[in-house]
Amino acid sequence: MRALTYHGTHDVRVDTVPDPQIVNPRDAVIEVTATAICGSDLHLYDGVIPGVMRGDILGHEFMGRVVETGRESTLKKGQRVVVPFTISCGKCFHCMKQQYSACDNSNPAEKQDLTEPLYGEALSGLFGYSQLTGGYPGGQAEYVRVPFSDVGPIVIPDGPSDEEVLFLSDILPTGWMAAENCDIEEGDTVAVWGCGPVGLFAVQSALLMGAHQVIAIDHYPNRLDLARKLGAKVIDYRRTHVLEAVREMTGGIGPDAVIDAVGMESHGFQPDNAMDTVKQKIGIGADRGHVLREAIMAVRKGGRVSMPGVYGGFLDKFPTGAFMEKGLQWRTGQTHVQKYTHDLLRRIQEGEIDTTFLISHRLPLEEAPRGYRNFHSNQDEWTKVVLTPGS
Amino acid sequence: MNKHETGRHRGLGGRDLALILGTGLLAAGAVTFWHHSRQPRPPVPPDSAPGRTSRQGRYGDYAVSGRSVTINRPRGEVYAFWRDFSNLSRFMSNVAAVKTEGDLTTWTIAAPAGRTVTVRTRIVSERENEEIVWRSVEGSDIDTEGKVSFRDAPGGRGTEVEAVIAYVPPVGRLGQMIAKLFGREPRIQGRHELKRLKMLMETGEVATSRNRVTD
Ligand SMILES: NC(=O)c1ccc[n+]([C@@H]2O[C@H](COP(=O)([O-])OP(=O)(O)OC[C@H]3O[C@@H](n4cnc5c(N)ncnc54)[C@H](O)[C@@H]3O)[C@@H](O)[C@H]2O)c1
Ligand SMILES: [Zn+2]
Ligand SMILES: [Zn+2]
Repeated sequence: MRALTYHGTHDVRVDTVPDPQIVNPRDAVIEVTATAICGSDLHLYDGVIPGVMRGDILGHEFMGRVVETGRESTLKKGQRVVVPFTISCGKCFHCMKQQYSACDNSNPAEKQDLTEPLYGEALSGLFGYSQLTGGYPGGQAEYVRVPFSDVGPIVIPDGPSDEEVLFLSDILPTGWMAAENCDIEEGDTVAVWGCGPVGLFAVQSALLMGAHQVIAIDHYPNRLDLARKLGAKVIDYRRTHVLEAVREMTGGIGPDAVIDAVGMESHGFQPDNAMDTVKQKIGIGADRGHVLREAIMAVRKGGRVSMPGVYGGFLDKFPTGAFMEKGLQWRTGQTHVQKYTHDLLRRIQEGEIDTTFLISHRLPLEEAPRGYRNFHSNQDEWTKVVLTPGS
Repeated sequence: MNKHETGRHRGLGGRDLALILGTGLLAAGAVTFWHHSRQPRPPVPPDSAPGRTSRQGRYGDYAVSGRSVTINRPRGEVYAFWRDFSNLSRFMSNVAAVKTEGDLTTWTIAAPAGRTVTVRTRIVSERENEEIVWRSVEGSDIDTEGKVSFRDAPGGRGTEVEAVIAYVPPVGRLGQMIAKLFGREPRIQGRHELKRLKMLMETGEVATSRNRVTD
């Protein structure tokens, strides 16, 4: 089959690789009909997540048709399914608590050696997201082997198009969980750093959950415009002092909740960010935490910090003092996708949520490297890339 | 002072090992470490941590390692699965075969270059649904003993399985080969095995990222 594989920093290629097979009883094999490039893939592309190997198939946002089923799979050949990027067994302590991205049983035992020293515990397996999360071949391919296919994939009834449901695999639940982690109350202001797909879905979700006001922060005019169209107030951080602006836009109180939808590769020329960039380049496992620091300074006393943005290593100059003295709460994690898919599918079907407004480019899988290049370096226009195999 | 004796199951190592394993096989009663050392130490009571997490790595000739895992299945089921030793090769990757005759078990362990190591053990005590203790017998390639215990986990979380293995790292050519097999990272090995056991019991399969049966 054809698949997008990693060859090094800023070097991804579409190669011919062996087709996947059923390996375990609960597996299914999916023929991919649509897949997307995620901001998380850019962390791999930039080489700032450890444990990606040459030849690894990337991609964790995908959907398609079931073509093969293992003897314990509950799927049927021909069904159209969206596959969560988190691989979860559905039986362990964490899965029972709906903490699917903490699943104990999906990250192969021998791969956990990498994660345990780094994080204390291994996480669930994820598709196409480095050896740290199991080394599972990803979804930017013609076919994918889907473990625990009786738990993860959601069957899509006739009606919605692929594009309308594809983002159930990751960014829609991610934006939703980011807003849920804000515990929004009446009159609340939520400030969102980053107007990429995750930030945009967080804006939409926070408004649906009843936020009085959502402030979206970025520097790309087109992305800010998408946030504005959803109903957010926007701040262009190149033009405006973010800390002063959010305080002045909240009656001097500060936002009740803040969302870091940027993660470990914050842009900008702030001194802390410049130092972090150097450390990241020389590869000492350092994260770039400018947005997180700014969000913690901006949030009101006793407020909530929600962090869907991905971090992989260590952060210094973390404002521990501000965090403690202001009495903040912090919630984060890889999204527990399976917890949200059914509810969000219903909201899509009822027209409550718009999922296609952020798609800017549709490419055949063969052109995926061009998609990566532009989603990485031409972010203002390239807001979300959908790839279709076999076209 | 018999500190430097190396005889099997004798000396300081043996007694401390018994404490660690809690088998009570080798030591009469609860003897504490500092009673044996030359310098009297202040009588600080031991803490609540399992002995194998002690900063002291060796117990006489014995290297000890162990690990706990909580399995979301009833105790009787987990015990029965383990007690059927033919199941063990399903989650112990080095174990090629397990043969049981009476209370004697022969483990065939795959080693590099097509060689095998044979370990013969006898169950020295067992309590149904609670624990199994075994020790190597004459003719075993490795001098080892171990214990696995099963307890109800709190809050309906299933069963806590705790496995502790002690062995004398052998010397010579065979020793080097065995050290390669287990000696380097027995902790990691043990963790892999218990995690695979958990996967099997909870999900019915062992997770793998292989994309093809033959990979
Ligand atoms: N938690 C999860 O499960 C999960 C799932 C998907 C994505 N993510 C993460 O969410 C983050 C965003 O993903 P995305 O797909 O939207 O990525 P993206 O790269 O498309 O968007 C990031 C946006 O942040 C903006 N930004 C950069 N620096 C900024 C700053 N200093 N202030 C304000 N905005 C700034 C960029 O201009 C860009 O628009 C990534 O870290 C990604 O890995 C997490
Ligand atoms: Zn993603
Ligand atoms: Zn699980």
